[in-house]
Amino acid sequence: MKRQPVLHPGLNLGSADEYSHAQSEPVIFGFWVFLMADLVLFAILFATYASMSVQGQAGGPSPTDVFDLPSAFIETMLLLSSSITFGMASLALKYKADRLHLVFWLVLTFCLGAGFIAMEVRDFWIMTQQGAVPQRSGFLSAFYMLVATHGIHVTAGLCWMIVMLVQLWLLGRTTEVKLRLMRLALFWHMLDIVWVCIFTFVYLFGVAL
Amino acid sequence: MTDEHVETYAQDFRSYCIGGLLALVLTGLAFGLVIFEILPHFERLLALAVLAIAQIIVHFRYFLHIGWHSHRDDLQLVLFTSLILFLMVGGTIWILFNLHERMM
Repeated sequence: MKRQPVLHPGLNLGSADEYSHAQSEPVIFGFWVFLMADLVLFAILFATYASMSVQGQAGGPSPTDVFDLPSAFIETMLLLSSSITFGMASLALKYKADRLHLVFWLVLTFCLGAGFIAMEVRDFWIMTQQGAVPQRSGFLSAFYMLVATHGIHVTAGLCWMIVMLVQLWLLGRTTEVKLRLMRLALFWHMLDIVWVCIFTFVYLFGVAL
Repeated sequence: MTDEHVETYAQDFRSYCIGGLLALVLTGLAFGLVIFEILPHFERLLALAVLAIAQIIVHFRYFLHIGWHSHRDDLQLVLFTSLILFLMVGGTIWILFNLHERMM
């Protein structure tokens, strides 16, 4: 067997499923272009936050007052491990003929992602109880806007995961289902990259400044 | 390309393991720097930024499998997006902080 060329970002099906691999290039490239555009959206929110967090406190709470680093650390670990478990799901999609491995890793990824969202909602709840609500200052508006946009993306990813589990159950491992799962993998890994920027430039910079 | 062996489960599995391990180490270092207040103020911020960029590269390389060997221009697209992001974020921060100083 000869090695198939690498056609797109993410784990290529390659010689494991040559037919699906041949179909994969346009749809996954198109999704990749969307992801790059999504990064531009996040970049603008980051730029707004960067100036607001310093200049827009309006006498209200500063980042040091409201950020909970241990909680941010747990969220980071949850999202990072969910990225790794999705990697295992991608491997199961490519190499394991049965559905069981794939479903196991997808469900595990879903649980870690749901745990992340639960922690984030808890953080927001505690912050609002302390009076750190979005309308308090420009810093808090920009903070909620940026972090909640990421949170909504993760929630959308979780919904997508449920849809894919249903499709796996109803349709099985068809080419369409495989290609959808591969796009979900790109989406999920990209959200982890955005979170790396959030925990560094929002939480850690906020406390270190 | 044609003379290379077909990719195996072990190879792909190793990629995710290396990526996961590096990401964990880089995350641990970043949080450690802030929690234990290592390094002077400015150097700490600089180190955090470098760790974040390193981790982003790790994610792109080992989780998204972006490399020099891709058939399409995936890497060029990432680099072009990075250029746009750099211009927009850098420009916004520059202008707004300059304006802030003049308004004080």
